[in-house]
Amino acid sequence: MNRSLRGSLVTALTWVLVLAFFFPVFWMILNGFKPESVASSVNPKLFFSPSTEGYQLAMDRGMKGYLLNSVTAAVTATIIAVVLAIPAAYALSIRRVKNVENALSFFISTRFMPLAAVVLPLFMILKTLGLLDNIYMLAVVYGAVNLPVAVWMMRSFFLEVPFEIIEACRVDGAGLGREIFRVALPLVLPGVASAALITFIFSWNEYFLATLLTSSAARTTPPFLGSFVDGRGQFLAVLSAAATIAALPVIVAGWVAQKQLVRGLSMGAIK
Amino acid sequence: MTVTELDTVEAETATEPRRVNKKELRTARGLLLPAVIFLILLTQVPFVVTIVYSLLRWNLLYPNDRGFTGLSNYASALTSGDLWPSVLATVLITAFSVILSVALGMIFAILLDRPFRGRAIARTLMITPFLVMPAAASLIWKYSMFDTNIGILNWLSRTLGLPVVSWSTEHPMLSVVIVLTWQFTPFMMLILLAGLQGQDKGILEAAQVDGAGTWRTFTWITLPHLRMYVEIGVLLGSVIILQVFDPIAILTKGTGGTKTLAYLLYERAFIGLDVGQAAAYGVVTVILTIIVATVALRTLFKVFMAGGSR
Repeated sequence: MNRSLRGSLVTALTWVLVLAFFFPVFWMILNGFKPESVASSVNPKLFFSPSTEGYQLAMDRGMKGYLLNSVTAAVTATIIAVVLAIPAAYALSIRRVKNVENALSFFISTRFMPLAAVVLPLFMILKTLGLLDNIYMLAVVYGAVNLPVAVWMMRSFFLEVPFEIIEACRVDGAGLGREIFRVALPLVLPGVASAALITFIFSWNEYFLATLLTSSAARTTPPFLGSFVDGRGQFLAVLSAAATIAALPVIVAGWVAQKQLVRGLSMGAIK
Repeated sequence: MTVTELDTVEAETATEPRRVNKKELRTARGLLLPAVIFLILLTQVPFVVTIVYSLLRWNLLYPNDRGFTGLSNYASALTSGDLWPSVLATVLITAFSVILSVALGMIFAILLDRPFRGRAIARTLMITPFLVMPAAASLIWKYSMFDTNIGILNWLSRTLGLPVVSWSTEHPMLSVVIVLTWQFTPFMMLILLAGLQGQDKGILEAAQVDGAGTWRTFTWITLPHLRMYVEIGVLLGSVIILQVFDPIAILTKGTGGTKTLAYLLYERAFIGLDVGQAAAYGVVTVILTIIVATVALRTLFKVFMAGGSR
């Protein structure tokens, strides 16, 4: 077989596999724009007259409130994680503490601790304090869950800052705040983006803690979606519309920041 | 003035951790402490409390009958017949999903490493399943893929004249594994793709010149190079999937051998209201995770310390 023909065949195969893999997402988006009777039909339809009925129904179920809660939780958690991670990572890379390795394994072992290990006391404490179903409390927990990853990742970026720059800044007599925020931080902005992206994605998508620590006022989008499981009758269009809205922010963020994604997922190990 | 001068000298040698002065160390500690205290309060302390809970007789249905009960929650976990099926479900779901997504991720990484027109678009489409909210992914699979009436898989079966299958009730474990594999294949692909791109092109060309075929170049040069990336993918993937809850809650509700530890704990605590018993399951989850994570840690540290020391 000649080389270019084989190349085209492999390319064709690649596209078939990629599109097959993407199909459930495509189908979700498509179903969201179908009238309910078309979406729930036994014979799948590729062509139909589009409708926003599904989106309307999702909004009628109060989805806007859940989305707002998700935004609050994810943004607050991201701020908490990044603000605490920057100085900590700095102390593990440039202004070094003793026992950097011990501190690093402390963070990583916290990252690997299952949520199941902490959820009961958190629930009981929040219940006692009357802070269950409080969106900021959920955000604080998300901040803690993501902090270790943010620290590791920020550290891997700080390690790449040429030490001469820090040295020059110190010789000039700049204070610590200036050294970190004016000199080092601007050089590692992709790291900040990476840490923020991972925290945002996790917090936006989180289901387990959201189900247990919120009930109505602070309910976020994932448990709202989960409530479709007990639905009766036909609901594929409204479900698909709701799932599309819910998934969209993270999909777009991930598409835009593909490079940061890999480094973030590997906690900075892969550059 | 002498003190200031001394400080400057010390600061210049700050690359050497052993020779840093006290003030410098105090500053560094001050930078680190907020994060450490925050984490201790929100994760370490609750974990210790979980261990205490696990030693208590404490059911929220009987709030007055609360007391120390020693290891009896663990004993009943071992004898009640809930624990081992749950450990097994957790381990099997994790193992199958990780192995399948690494295998598929490898195939996609190789295919998408080749230059071809539209590669950036193909990659973008390919990472999407990983980005879809897990709750949404499980629901979409449950209703628009697996459903006996409106699911695409059964439409395919009917079109091909095959029997209709109620996936999430007849094959609950397989259904969960399919959804997890679908979500984690892009994760593995991203990591392996980074590995492929980090390969020394010179070595690959040299191998071609020396007459090594594509297959031999792959097995002798590329695969050994990718080993580290496979390890990172497997370990990170395992630690995440060990905690799996969403697809269980949405697809199977723990039926048919899919009751993972996270779901068992949820059932015990929030439906059965047995705090003591649930806490014991929480502790068991940690032990299981430690076993997996110890291996993970060792590998990650090897990778980091090799690449990141100043």
